[in-house]
Amino acid sequence: MATLKLRNVKKRFGSTDVIHGVDLDVADGEFIVIVGPSGCGKSTLLRMVAGLETVSGGEISIDGKPVNDLEPMDRDIAMVFQNYALYPHMSVYDNISYGLKIAKTPKEEIAARVATAAKMLQLEPYLQRKPRELSGGQRQRVAMGRAIVRKPAVFLFDEPLSNLDAKLRVQMRLEIKALQKELGITSLYVTHDQVEAMTLADRMVVMHGGVADQIGAPLDVYANPATSFVAGFIGSPATNFLPPAALNAPRDGASTVGVRPEHTRLVHSGEGQTQGIVTFSEALGAETLVHLSLPSGAAFTVRQDGALPCPHSGEHCGVDWDQSREILFDADERRIRQGRARAAACP
Amino acid sequence: MAERSGMVEKRGAGHWFTHLGLIVGVLIIFFPIWLAFVASTVTQPEIVKPPMPLWPGGHFFENYRSALVSGINAPVARMLGNSLVMALGIALGKIAISLLSAFAIVYFRFPGRRLFFWLIFLTLMLPVEVRIVPTYEVVAGFGMLNSYSGLIFPLIASATATFLFRQFFMTVPDELAEAARVDGARPMRFFLDILLPMSRTNIAALFVILFIYGWNQYLWPLLITTDPQMNTIVMGIKQMFPSGDDVADWPVIMATSILAMVPPIVVVISMQNLFIRGLVDSEK
Ligand SMILES: Nc1ncnc2c1ncn2[C@@H]1O[C@H](COP(=O)(O)OP(=O)(O)OP(=O)(O)O)[C@@H](O)[C@H]1O
Ligand SMILES: [Mg+2]
Repeated sequence: MATLKLRNVKKRFGSTDVIHGVDLDVADGEFIVIVGPSGCGKSTLLRMVAGLETVSGGEISIDGKPVNDLEPMDRDIAMVFQNYALYPHMSVYDNISYGLKIAKTPKEEIAARVATAAKMLQLEPYLQRKPRELSGGQRQRVAMGRAIVRKPAVFLFDEPLSNLDAKLRVQMRLEIKALQKELGITSLYVTHDQVEAMTLADRMVVMHGGVADQIGAPLDVYANPATSFVAGFIGSPATNFLPPAALNAPRDGASTVGVRPEHTRLVHSGEGQTQGIVTFSEALGAETLVHLSLPSGAAFTVRQDGALPCPHSGEHCGVDWDQSREILFDADERRIRQGRARAAACP
Repeated sequence: MAERSGMVEKRGAGHWFTHLGLIVGVLIIFFPIWLAFVASTVTQPEIVKPPMPLWPGGHFFENYRSALVSGINAPVARMLGNSLVMALGIALGKIAISLLSAFAIVYFRFPGRRLFFWLIFLTLMLPVEVRIVPTYEVVAGFGMLNSYSGLIFPLIASATATFLFRQFFMTVPDELAEAARVDGARPMRFFLDILLPMSRTNIAALFVILFIYGWNQYLWPLLITTDPQMNTIVMGIKQMFPSGDDVADWPVIMATSILAMVPPIVVVISMQNLFIRGLVDSEK
């Protein structure tokens, strides 16, 4: 149980700046997901919290205590690695209990804690096996077990599900969420999968090029992206971006207009906000994704109900949406607060 | 099914042929050892009188007892013991030192790390024979002539083993060291609890090689042991050969030769089992 605070945390490898100053306040028991494209510095940030990477600038504190100069073992954290990092020559029991053994926990207590964890993770039948005799999902659970028996102040996860197949990933995602709620341990979880981020997070941090572009509750981030990067990264299929010139009416001050595919609909040619030619359609059953090419050459995606008629390639269509659904960005790709913009426009 | 038995038949002829070749090869290589064994079970006059006997005689126990208990210069039992101490000391010492130096080189960033690695590597070019005179001076200066430490320490550093362990440690994923750090293992704890058990197949293989290397040392023990009680068996055999007009006691010399072969064979066979089990168990 603990809070976690990052104050202007920076990381430099030699002469390259990788993290440009991240601020984050994590409340006790909160589940924070750090999401972003490959190479944006998610793992680096997490490893700095773990103490596996030195901090080049700023301060990290756990429960109000600065931990910049502490070894990982003295920070009261536990980490789950992407490739699990189980000790190959030790049985599942020994893997889970290794940290406790080093901490000189009494034998009976180790046995009791491992038993509880094994029960929680359905690992009881496998305690005497070696990691190589387990499936991917089971190994993942052992890695989780190793983290939870220590009863750490903070859990750290670095893409723990990326080595699993899609179905197992969904299942383990639910299990991790349930486990974290049950234990109430403050958690930091790194992923590049936005579905994982949306479903797991109490709040998420969207990282982009070593900067936290936005920190907020998943639905809030989805509804009110702070930058065009966030708008494009969160939500699938990705947000469509258009220059205001491509629209029927100008938008004051905006250099880019974003519209989510789910907020658009096809209309007859000549009607709606903009025009396009259907390039192809993906019928997914419940929904259909219609990809269009705009006169400017830009691509545009419309997401419509699977029951609606599916247009043919080459068809000319209009696309319409509610102007209130638009997300406007300025030349710096920052969000223009439409509330204010609209208030100024309407007397 | 039919196809399978066909395959076996097709393989049949070549199969037998290969085996025949192997058996002939083994017989040729084994023949001198057989002769030595035969010579160790007969009496001196029987050996000297042509033709040489090809089948064992009836003096097995007598000759071996005489070799083990009294020998010629020193009892063979004593020389076997000396050799065992030296071979074990060299093998275990080399393994311990090279494990530790490889651990330091791979897992710690200290000033001059590369320099030290290359220095260790350079010693590959300086085998015992090249540095034998200065080494002798040093050992004599420390008063280690005719002692086990004198036999063992000058041969204990091993660039080859260090290099092998370095290569192995570099294949161990970094996350394992990081997981151990998060679990609270200090470096030596990580070394003992994780790295060492993971290297056990490499250690077994090296032990076999290094034990035989140590057992077969000839020049170095010959130089620094003047007391027959400190002779090792490999040099001791040579010492048994008569000088001048003395008559060689061939049955005892041959019994000694056979005895000198036994410990390496035991080590190879027993460690081979461990080694193969290790390979089958090998985990990535
Ligand atoms: N030890 C290092 N030395 C130099 N540069 C590094 C080092 N580790 C990481 N980097 C750089 O830092 C940047 C961020 O790396 P990081 O591993 O944090 O990315 P990530 O967001 O976790 O990506 P992924 O989703 O692919 O895991 C990358 O551009 C990488 O090249
Ligand atoms: Mg990463």
